Amino acid sequence: MAGKTLYDKLWQDHVVRENDDGTALLYIDRHLVHEVTSPQAFEGLRLAGRRPWRTSANLAVADHNVPTTDRSGGIKDPTSRLQVDTLDRNCDEFGIVEFGMGDPRQGIVHVIGPEQGATQPGMTVVCGDSHTSTHGAIGALAFGIGTSEVEHALATQTLIQAKSKRMLVRVDGKVGPGVTAKDIILGIIGHIGTAGGTGYAIEYGGEAIRDLSVEGRMTICNMSIEAGARCGMVAVDDRTIEFMRGRPFAPSGELWDQAVEYWRTLHSDDDAEFDRVVVLDAADIQPQVSWGTSPEMVAPVGGRVPDPAEESDPVKRTGMERALEYMDLRAGTPLSEVRPDKIFIGSCTNSRIEDLRAAAEVVRGRRVADTIKLAMVVPGSGLVKKQAEDEGLDRIFTEAGFEWREPGCSMCLAMNADRLEPGERCASTSNRNFEGRQGQGGRTHLVSPAMAAAAAVAGHFVDVRNI
Amino acid sequence: MEPITQFKGVVAPLDRANVDTDAIIPKQFLKSIKRTGFGPNLFDEWRYMDQGEPGKDNSERPLNPDFVLNQPRYEGASVLLARRNFGCGSSREHAPWALLDFGFRVLVAPSFADIFYNNCTKNGILPVSLDEAIIEHLFQEVYETPGYTISVDLPNQVLETHFGDRHPFDIDAFRKHALVEGLDEIGLTLQHADEIRAYEARRRQSAPWLFAGGQ
Ligand code: SF4
Repeated sequence: MAGKTLYDKLWQDHVVRENDDGTALLYIDRHLVHEVTSPQAFEGLRLAGRRPWRTSANLAVADHNVPTTDRSGGIKDPTSRLQVDTLDRNCDEFGIVEFGMGDPRQGIVHVIGPEQGATQPGMTVVCGDSHTSTHGAIGALAFGIGTSEVEHALATQTLIQAKSKRMLVRVDGKVGPGVTAKDIILGIIGHIGTAGGTGYAIEYGGEAIRDLSVEGRMTICNMSIEAGARCGMVAVDDRTIEFMRGRPFAPSGELWDQAVEYWRTLHSDDDAEFDRVVVLDAADIQPQVSWGTSPEMVAPVGGRVPDPAEESDPVKRTGMERALEYMDLRAGTPLSEVRPDKIFIGSCTNSRIEDLRAAAEVVRGRRVADTIKLAMVVPGSGLVKKQAEDEGLDRIFTEAGFEWREPGCSMCLAMNADRLEPGERCASTSNRNFEGRQGQGGRTHLVSPAMAAAAAVAGHFVDVRNI
Repeated sequence: MEPITQFKGVVAPLDRANVDTDAIIPKQFLKSIKRTGFGPNLFDEWRYMDQGEPGKDNSERPLNPDFVLNQPRYEGASVLLARRNFGCGSSREHAPWALLDFGFRVLVAPSFADIFYNNCTKNGILPVSLDEAIIEHLFQEVYETPGYTISVDLPNQVLETHFGDRHPFDIDAFRKHALVEGLDEIGLTLQHADEIRAYEARRRQSAPWLFAGGQ
């Protein structure tokens, strides 16, 4: 009999019961809650007279609507404020731990989960948010859910799930200098397409993935959903275990030893079989820039905007034409001639300390180009912000002309005041370049933190290895 | 949730691949804490010429005459025909809420994104995936035929076109069951409360650190 994949192991350890129709009732260890997708779920609980099944399994934070500028006056937009207040009230009423807007631990839900050790290897982790896949980087089974499932998870500590197929994405060999986790995942999505992972649970493996820090693996797993997969994961290794050590919610003492013993089993067996295996050569991956309105529309920074006329698939061709029109780009233009108006370094993809360090490294001693209207850094959490300040990164950014902001989702989706105006172009370290994602009519180019920093100082996209 | 078994409706064609949930319902409308009222802002950025904001009177806003849902021939459409990977991106259940609120009960496309598909079936919307070639043919027929309708027979898993062509489609048994019966899933799961407790008791033994933080 073939061995088990990591996904099989995680799945099996959480099955409460198998249903006759092929689904399983899956136990949920950790439920993360944010203000946008939870109000209707709490309302549902109230209407049905239900309580959370296991209060301590939940952890809440407001991140999407919070301002990234001075917070002392509260939230100005009344609809945003109502949503954040509603979360506060719901958490109060049901006794759920919440990091409020003034809490130094507040931040983007997918940054604070691992940072606090609240998400751990071997856990099932869910959140009403598609980027919950991020937590798979530490060997957890983590996936996004809709609001009906948020209510189901709250009320029963379980979800009814059908098992996904298993995909291994292996990145062999070593990446060249200047090539980051973001470039690897954009390269993967460019290769398999935005629906390439639909119906699959992806495990990322190979030397280039193993070589990444746990933070880098989070960047990879984060964008699994952009490849169509609900979850992505990386096997536990020494780095994972070192990462977990000493975190506030992580086990300690005897429980730590017990946990580590279990965590060490969280990898695919050598003879495990996958339904699909995709292999990439790390040496082929260059720093990436997206040129269109779907995360699969990416190219190496040294490349050009592709020509739809050369695409044989008519549906894809129409999509490319529409994308170029929306992005106001012409086929054949070198990406290095594309000039952003704004720079956004942040989001659950790239707002952890090593992302900020990588960007600061490029910015140090340089100035943001005059043509850039706004360059901003939004740390992923209050603790990331503090650490960056302790390391002096904030000064490197502000001296170069960047704005240094309070933590939150910010211009990743522009639910707060941070947004693009119609027609503005942005070099962004976030994960979605959909039409209007960063503000109606706004144009997003997805890049790594180092590449965003390089574009900020050059005023156009540029290969970070050449500056 | 409103059950769905047999359904017939006018088809509107949305001729784009990779329609994401940000396009279905833009973020500014996600600030609502209700499940209803999203219909007027469905596809807001494509449907109107100006920028939509919560609280704005949508009846006063300039419509984009080119957008399919603004064309009189598709008025009252309750079946949406779309291209591959429909509903990708954000997990927001506001997307199916908006489609439902507008009046869509059936979606027909070559493929759907996972989370979106799941969210639809929890809200009484039936997503039907068919072969890309069939979808292409349906687009042609819809364009050529004013008042084009599609009917679905969910118990028998058959879609019937305006002209009587019948296409069988797949759907998971549990999703079909939920759609046909309009079930309260939480209530059903809670019938297994003892098994959940038994699992927790076992797990507390084998992985005690997971329960160390209280309860
Ligand atoms: S940073 Fe962006 S992608 Fe991440 S949770 Fe916030 S809005 Fe979603």
